[in-house]
Amino acid sequence: MPSVKSLDDLKKIREDALKKQQLKETSGKTEVIVGMGTVGIAAGARETLKAILDIIEKDNLSDIIIRQTGNIGLDSYEPIVQVILPGEEKVSYGKVNPEMARRIMKEHVLGGEIVKDFQIEG
Amino acid sequence: MRELALHILDIAENSISANADEIKIIVEEDLQKDILRILIQDNGKGMDAETLAKITDPFITSRKTRSVGLGIPFFKAAAEACQGSFTIHSVPGKGTTVEAVFKHSHIDRMPLGDIESTLITLLMGTPEIHWIFEYRNNESCFIFDDKPIKETLEGIPLSEPAVMRYIREMIETGIQEVHLSGIMEATH
Repeated sequence: MPSVKSLDDLKKIREDALKKQQLKETSGKTEVIVGMGTVGIAAGARETLKAILDIIEKDNLSDIIIRQTGNIGLDSYEPIVQVILPGEEKVSYGKVNPEMARRIMKEHVLGGEIVKDFQIEG
Repeated sequence: MRELALHILDIAENSISANADEIKIIVEEDLQKDILRILIQDNGKGMDAETLAKITDPFITSRKTRSVGLGIPFFKAAAEACQGSFTIHSVPGKGTTVEAVFKHSHIDRMPLGDIESTLITLLMGTPEIHWIFEYRNNESCFIFDDKPIKETLEGIPLSEPAVMRYIREMIETGIQEVHLSGIMEATH
């Protein structure tokens, strides 16, 4: 792995991403939101988000919007992850550890099936 | 929280909530002076003198969703527990600067922890903010400024997998190299 990264490398990445975008239809994007308030961070929200980013990177998942938000107001359920599929209602999950985050990514974000075991009202 | 990197994430979240669009984080390790210094500077909405005076009180928060805000008091206590200092400076409409200094060799000093993950979390979670990060270890320095990256990308999102990999490797390699050369300098 080269230790110095240049902006030329990034330009190449950009061109590849543009080609990929042109091939795809405009099908809308899935949003994944992780709560990053003090309570969320203390409960492990950074590691939960890291697991989600790892999957996106390793499985090469384009068109997923990652967002973080401050306190969601459901402290006892932190870390909280919310998923919004294109054109669908927001689904909230509570006490999401990295293992659970990987399941949510696989079953809900990719498979379209809500992971009912982890779902909370919110 | 068990890592200084988690405190940094928490304090930077305050800057995001204060509607900052530029946030600078500096982490400096100086073994000669025996200090570890952390600075988080934003251009958010800032606080007036009254709020600022109360902000280190664990029973005050500007948030409405929860009545207790503990992030800043925790960070302050962590610095003061190891012969360090904590200062917060804020100007309404201009922004806020938080600085914590720790005695590097103090037995109660928390480890810096996974600073790489903290930075990646902030970058990926809030791509609309201009992030600047400096990590200094003795004479070595790694500076990460996301502006040229975003300009080069021209609208391709940071969450594009290949872009994410590029940024992650850049940050991880940069921090590790500075950390290692800092150790080399210190032992010579």
